[in-house]
Amino acid sequence: MLELTLVSLLNGVVYGLLLFMLSSGLTLIWSMMGVLNFAHASVFMLGAYFSYQIGRWIGFWPALVIAPILCGLIGAAIERYGLRHVHKGGHSAEILFTFGLAYLIEEFVTMIWGRHPLSNPVPPAIDFSLFQIFGTEFPAYKGLMMLISVAMFVFLWLALKKTRIGLVIQAALTHPNAVAALGHNVPAVFVLVFALGSALAGLAGVIGGFAFLTQPSLANTVGPIVFVVVVLGGLGSLAGAFIASMLIGIVQTFAVAIDYSLLDLLQALDVGVSATSPLREFYSIKVAQAAPILPYLLLVIMLIVRPRGLLGTRDV
Amino acid sequence: MRVSLRSSLTAFALAGAMYAAAAPADLKFAYIDPLSGGAASAGILGQKHMQFFVDKINAAGGVNGEKITLLVYDSKVSPQETLIVLKKAIDEGARYVLQGNGSSVAHAITDAVLKHNERNPGEEVLYFNYAAVDPALTNEKCNFWHFRFDADADMKMAALADAIKKTPKIKKVYLINQDYSFGHAVSAAAKRMLKEKRPDIEIVGDEFHPLMKVQDFSPYVAKIKASGAQAVITGNWSNDMLLLIKAGKDAGLDVSWYTFYAGALGAPSAIGKDGVGVVKQVSEWHKNVAPTLDPDAAAYEKRFTQKEDDFAFWRIKTMWAMFVAAANKAKSNDPVKVALALEGMKMDTPLGPVEMRADNHQLLQPLYVSTMSDKVKYDVEDTGVGFMTDVKIDAEATRLPTVCKMDRPS
Repeated sequence: MLELTLVSLLNGVVYGLLLFMLSSGLTLIWSMMGVLNFAHASVFMLGAYFSYQIGRWIGFWPALVIAPILCGLIGAAIERYGLRHVHKGGHSAEILFTFGLAYLIEEFVTMIWGRHPLSNPVPPAIDFSLFQIFGTEFPAYKGLMMLISVAMFVFLWLALKKTRIGLVIQAALTHPNAVAALGHNVPAVFVLVFALGSALAGLAGVIGGFAFLTQPSLANTVGPIVFVVVVLGGLGSLAGAFIASMLIGIVQTFAVAIDYSLLDLLQALDVGVSATSPLREFYSIKVAQAAPILPYLLLVIMLIVRPRGLLGTRDV
Repeated sequence: MRVSLRSSLTAFALAGAMYAAAAPADLKFAYIDPLSGGAASAGILGQKHMQFFVDKINAAGGVNGEKITLLVYDSKVSPQETLIVLKKAIDEGARYVLQGNGSSVAHAITDAVLKHNERNPGEEVLYFNYAAVDPALTNEKCNFWHFRFDADADMKMAALADAIKKTPKIKKVYLINQDYSFGHAVSAAAKRMLKEKRPDIEIVGDEFHPLMKVQDFSPYVAKIKASGAQAVITGNWSNDMLLLIKAGKDAGLDVSWYTFYAGALGAPSAIGKDGVGVVKQVSEWHKNVAPTLDPDAAAYEKRFTQKEDDFAFWRIKTMWAMFVAAANKAKSNDPVKVALALEGMKMDTPLGPVEMRADNHQLLQPLYVSTMSDKVKYDVEDTGVGFMTDVKIDAEATRLPTVCKMDRPS
């Protein structure tokens, strides 16, 4: 029991940090530009593919640097030549634009690398077991992932709260005209934010390529859960996204380990459920069976009870 | 006005030319499978196999003097969408329907074909199913017009159980499946057949998880590990199988994976060397069943050279061979006569005798349980990894009881 608890706790923290790594760029863009970027997961996927290709050519460590930079440049181009023009059409236009972009990126990836998953093994440099816990190995790439995730959090937090550029970025969201009047180049600030968000997605992609499968449906696989993190954490809150990631990671992981259903609970409480009750089917679903759905349940409840999310400053 | 008149005339002329090109009495087969969306890789691979054998038959002069034309339609793995294109295919003259991906689609086709044939005597359509494995299609829901060339889920599970039976070191088995009809069918069949073949085995887990919703399988791996299982049986496919095996490798989990779908469609690429010695699959063929590669498989791979284009569906070869044999025996390409000739037909193949059961139209063919290996003569998907046979189960041994009762044309 202790064994399963400790291993589950570790797995939960790892999964939580993975989620935060995936969603930090999205949080940044959403909170600083007000753009709900549906193409975020697609840029993440590009990061995975770029790092695969660059890794093949010149090795993993250069890829860890170059792939995010490439993604950042692509993000800058998307903002400069796409979003900026769409921006006039308001939020729906922006959302539809990024939504379409996600499809384009998927087709692009399919054309270049094919429909099948790529063989993207963990590079030898980080393919070893960091430590063992009750005979369960902990791979080094997961350690690197945790490190990157925490570093992202610290970097973003410091950059936004403690630097001048961070103040300008925050001001540009709510008072773009005032910021422009003070002599700051507001469009350039937006390009920078979008590029940074995309670069973070790209960096997540480098590691995500090992944790997931490098294939064209990668973006669709991780897309929904990333939105859950951001909404749950609260609009515009980095710390909220971090807490939400950890919450989802740990709740979901422990839920998988619970092999009991509502029916067991009711029976333990001596509440009889008749064998013909139409709800019996529902009651007898094990918690483990529903675990991966729990984040979405949390999302729905959160939107009803507290639309601004855990630490959000304004409603969705 | 002149322009539009001319362009419409051109359109007419073009349409006429196309009609003329298709006019000689070709034998039309409609291939209906996913060609877009997430399952497209399976549909496109099947299409290439079909085209290869159609071209081969045509090059040899066709069947009963008729050349075969393959009409291709996108099912989008949707029963509704499929019914629309099936209608279109029949309107365009298709008398044979080929499909494989998605048992829900297969149910829609078999129902629609049955109704069509009842209402249109003399214009019957036959349905050749090369991959939809729901046992119901040759049991409760069977009909005379449906023929299945793939082993159904129960037959495949029986083969896996046979392989486990011959592995005495396996004492505890963990079942993990997707939470939908197929996953539940696999779990039920596994419990039934293990009990029958190896009553001493303890089933230490019977897990269901939502379909394609799990990003991280580590918690499941932790449970498998805690259960002490030596083998895991899973009907999972695509992401749900690949991420599961990946999470197992990350945690250093020491089990054998008994799978249905680890042999093709990108799975070997994604699993790679991690699967060597531990990932097993059940299939009707793999590249190393014989010392040298089958000439058709070799010719196919010469024509389709992409990494994704591996020859994978041996049953499609068997299907065409049996169709040609049945049409020759019937001396006609008429679907009713071909169907009557196909029922109960026995044939020798390079892998051994096969039989199309007369009672439920299920093909009996040899099945192989094989293990991933990096010491093979022929690898898959250019990965350096291929499969080696553990156990071969002869066609006759795969026969299972059926509840099928079908009406035959008189």
